[in-house]
Amino acid sequence: MSGTAGAGAGGAGRARATRGRAAVEPSVVLTGVCGRLGRLLLRGLHREGRVVGIDRRDFPDAPPDLVHYRLDLRRKACRDVFRREPVRAVVHLGVMHDPRMSAETRHAWNVEGFGRVLEYVAAHRIPKLVLLSSAAVYGARPGNAQFLLEDAPLLAASRLSEIRDLVELDMLAQTFFWRAPECETVILRPSFIAGQVHNEIYSYFRLPVVPRLLGFDPMMQFVHEDDVVSALRLALRPGLRGIFNLGGPGVLPLSQVIARVGRPSAPVAHLLARRLLDGLWRFGLTDFPGREIDYLRYVCMVDDGRARRDLGWQPRHTLDETIRAIRDAVTA
Amino acid sequence: MLAPEAALAPLAPPAPREPLTSLPPPAPTLAPLRAAAAGPVTRSLRTAGHRLRRLIDPEFERQYERILERLGLQNFDPFGFNVGYARYVLHAAAWMYRRWFRCRVEGLERIPPGRALLVANHSGQIPIDGMMIATALLLDHDPPRLVRSMIEKWAATLPAISTFLARCGQVVGLPENCRLLLEREELILVFPEGTKGISKTIDRAYQLEEFGSGFVRLALENHAPIVPVAVVGAEEQYPSVANLKALADLVGAPAVPVSPLFLLGPVGLLPLPTRYHIAFGEPIRLEGEVDEEDERVTEHVHRVRSTVQELLRRTLERREGIFR
Repeated sequence: MSGTAGAGAGGAGRARATRGRAAVEPSVVLTGVCGRLGRLLLRGLHREGRVVGIDRRDFPDAPPDLVHYRLDLRRKACRDVFRREPVRAVVHLGVMHDPRMSAETRHAWNVEGFGRVLEYVAAHRIPKLVLLSSAAVYGARPGNAQFLLEDAPLLAASRLSEIRDLVELDMLAQTFFWRAPECETVILRPSFIAGQVHNEIYSYFRLPVVPRLLGFDPMMQFVHEDDVVSALRLALRPGLRGIFNLGGPGVLPLSQVIARVGRPSAPVAHLLARRLLDGLWRFGLTDFPGREIDYLRYVCMVDDGRARRDLGWQPRHTLDETIRAIRDAVTA
Repeated sequence: MLAPEAALAPLAPPAPREPLTSLPPPAPTLAPLRAAAAGPVTRSLRTAGHRLRRLIDPEFERQYERILERLGLQNFDPFGFNVGYARYVLHAAAWMYRRWFRCRVEGLERIPPGRALLVANHSGQIPIDGMMIATALLLDHDPPRLVRSMIEKWAATLPAISTFLARCGQVVGLPENCRLLLEREELILVFPEGTKGISKTIDRAYQLEEFGSGFVRLALENHAPIVPVAVVGAEEQYPSVANLKALADLVGAPAVPVSPLFLLGPVGLLPLPTRYHIAFGEPIRLEGEVDEEDERVTEHVHRVRSTVQELLRRTLERREGIFR
């Protein structure tokens, strides 16, 4: 159903796009441009060509050459952006993972919003779509291979509802490989991102005493935010499509990471840890959801050989620098 | 490589080998408390360690350093092997190998220099057999080699044990993990009998259970030779007379063995000092395609299984007594 509707809108959109092309050069659309990664990506990108940002948030200190639309992705006005602009690529960073928001609202926003993006990409024959997913979609499980490949099943949602949104988005983007074969779809699945990014791992390290699970010390991967941005830029190159894991410069056991980040930590029996975190969560003392302790228990690391080979990606920051980025973010 | 004097130096507290660059030590809240407790503890550990180390042959340290140098291992490897941690465990294993189980090993020279799958019979209730095979390759093989054995997925869910196994270089037995290790030309130890093998009761000692077939596909896919291994002596270390299946299911463990020695209390928990005989057979190079039909794979499995059984029989025949 949505397919036919999309095709109808596509005819009109293409006509306008052709008319506008002479005047305006094709732009890159960044959704969620006001987030940390959006800003970082923008920093390099807006000097090379036209960049259009879409975000619900205001962007007060935006560079003057950024065309920013303060819009909800689900709004009709958003369609006009795509009608107005000839677009050469869409980078979807606008995934909301505010754990405080009700699961339903967030789910609706994420899935519906991305659904719209896909619709516009299909309708306007945009040649490139990049989704920033996460390695967490594979889920931390005892039966995980030490380094998961891109074709491993996405099993995170079976235990963890928080990540369900992301798994669904990832799956939606995967359907695009055959739904819109003319569009070069790229899905990036980075490991935990280190830097000023507000994610769960950051909330975890911000706990007054960082809990470890007694008797568990899984190996972990981290990737620096700059390296994620460089992967996003590489993904924008024409001719590239596919799913790419982004592992990082090296692996370390959790206990070593905590020590290097410089936080006090304590081992807690895992049955207790869950309750403890749920309690802290309820009183608003942490933004780290107790349900995510599986990531502190089992290994969830990825093999990024494909990204290094086909994307030409190489993490520029060393393991030490990456861990230091977490430390700086946490202590700041 | 360390000189023999250095090998006898007092045991230092486990420290990461690779000095961290400019990062500060972990923020200390419990530090004073810990330091107060650590004084006597480290001191007594140091004396104990010093004594322990005199018991083991100094060869160990030399061989271990050779391995680390050859594999370029520092601190942690991607699978969670920790150089400092494993040193202590392998020290203990070396002592058990020489003094407790007084292992006799033959056929080490048959092990090919590069990648290979060691396929062994599994026995003894707890996997000391794997540890002894690994120690044999560490102490008595030239050059010393690190063996990574494949563990059950179930073991990864156990607190402490999962970490212990990972730090000593054990890896969850998945094809992806094996592939990575074989690509690095490592030695992988497989027990195709699985938990059925290790938990057999004494009346079925040295009778192989059915073999799983995963290892054959791995060998075919990665062009890895299979080295059959027979371990004799482990069956008697914990003579199990029954396996409490119901209790095992209840706690989610693969088996709960019952040994009459448990009546002796804590002493009964020690494995009997049986003598281990470990025999390595001629490597088997399987010919075939990865996507071989199950029937062909089963043929290969049977071939390997009967080779191990035969090796086991010959080693058993030559044994003069359980403890001799």
